[in-house]
Amino acid sequence: MDEYILIFRHEDGTKVASPDQLQAWMKQTMDWIGGIAAQNKFISGTGLPFDGAKVVGHNNIVTNGPFGDIKETIGGFIIVKADSVDEAVEFAKGSPVLQGDGNTVEVRKIAKRDGTH
Amino acid sequence: MQEQELIPHLFRTEFSKITAVLCKLFGMENVNIAEDIAGETFLSALETWPFKGVPENPAAWLYTVAKNNAKNLVSRDQVFHHKITPVIESSSPTGYEIEIDLSAKNIADSQLQMLFAVCHPSIPAEAQIGLALRILCGFGIDEIANAFLTNKETINKRLFRAKEKLRAGMVVIEFPPENEINSRLQSVLTTLYLLFNEGYYSESQDTVLRNDFCLEAMRLTYMLIENEQTNHPDVNALFALMCFQSSRFEARKDANGEMVLYQDQDESLWNQELITKGAYYLNRASRGEMLSKYHLEANIAYWYTIKDDTKEKWENVLQLFNQLLMIGYSPIVALNRTYALSKVRGNEAAIIEAEKLDLTTNHFYFTLLGELYKDINKEKAKENLLKALHLSKKVTEKQIIQNKIDQL
Repeated sequence: MDEYILIFRHEDGTKVASPDQLQAWMKQTMDWIGGIAAQNKFISGTGLPFDGAKVVGHNNIVTNGPFGDIKETIGGFIIVKADSVDEAVEFAKGSPVLQGDGNTVEVRKIAKRDGTH
Repeated sequence: MQEQELIPHLFRTEFSKITAVLCKLFGMENVNIAEDIAGETFLSALETWPFKGVPENPAAWLYTVAKNNAKNLVSRDQVFHHKITPVIESSSPTGYEIEIDLSAKNIADSQLQMLFAVCHPSIPAEAQIGLALRILCGFGIDEIANAFLTNKETINKRLFRAKEKLRAGMVVIEFPPENEINSRLQSVLTTLYLLFNEGYYSESQDTVLRNDFCLEAMRLTYMLIENEQTNHPDVNALFALMCFQSSRFEARKDANGEMVLYQDQDESLWNQELITKGAYYLNRASRGEMLSKYHLEANIAYWYTIKDDTKEKWENVLQLFNQLLMIGYSPIVALNRTYALSKVRGNEAAIIEAEKLDLTTNHFYFTLLGELYKDINKEKAKENLLKALHLSKKVTEKQIIQNKIDQL
């Protein structure tokens, strides 16, 4: 069994959702993660609030954001256990993030700490 | 209370108090001696009271006898005398005379310290529960054997091994240092939680005894609440959970001692006083940032004290089960979560999720599937319930599953 990270990519981080939308979205997200956890396949995860986000660039230039040049940004991630990348992809398909047009979930295998990756 | 009831009841509470104080004085390696002295004391009571009547203050009578028994033993038994005298001398200002402090404060302190000692992380969980039942709650070996549906020899062996561990682990009877309280408290809470469940889910037919197990677990948990240093939010949450669960004691069994399922229970038998108490402690638990699994379980148990199937209830319960699973997986929580999901999103959605659970050796899994298929596909419902019937080992559970099949 390998570990995979599912990274939520939002097309436009500047979009602001209403509190009601946020609440509904939170519930859906929790139900989605709960379904993975019920299979004993959830490891960890967190949301990444956009407030106060900074980007440190070349020559240590700090900008507010990740908005500006690049609009796309990361809204959070979860780490899951899966037998294959295909199983991890099946988990990703259930993510409520994908209800937003242009949003994506990137699925990446976590490097093993035994030097084999 | 009648005399026949009074003595075993006193035995339990006072046995644990006397044992804790003596054990604290003599050291954990002499736990058997402490138990023997307490036992001897009750033998004296059983020999005297039926003829002379129960003394006006039975506890004080017992303390006097226990003190004398302990002093006699120390002066009579040379081996013990040599072993124990240095310990006593260092703790007693008078030196040779042994002082046994059976004041309310020393009893409470000793019991709390014993609780931490018995629940020391070096002791396996099963042994902790046995020791807690015997030393901290004063249950007899035959009572413990009855609750675990086993015989006295097995329990004796288990306790013997547990005491060996206590000795080998050099567990000291003391209050843990400030910086360790939190982590040590976690293993205490786990044991109290298991102790409560042992009573709540025991297969034993002895309802009184099972309730007593739960009440003892509550008493010990309450002891932690009463002490400022251990009055943590998760302790309050666990106590709230126990209150909510035990509010259904009366409703869980029918006149023939058969298990009554939650949805068939007579709500008027639910103990409102315990529900109110649970709400009070849950409220106290919610001060601060801490969110333990006991908080989540107590919250779920709170929603279960509301019988009506409202959308609000099940949505909240589902979210709580989601969070509980994220903290730690357990098959039974996964199944309960799927049941809550069926209440929020319907049986068909829940069946899809249930089939991913891969719990095909668990009879609750097939019972759940049977329940979810009940109104959709009777054939499939029956097929699943038969699998559950085949996998289940307990008589009461088999009966419940059989009833479900008959009702299809």
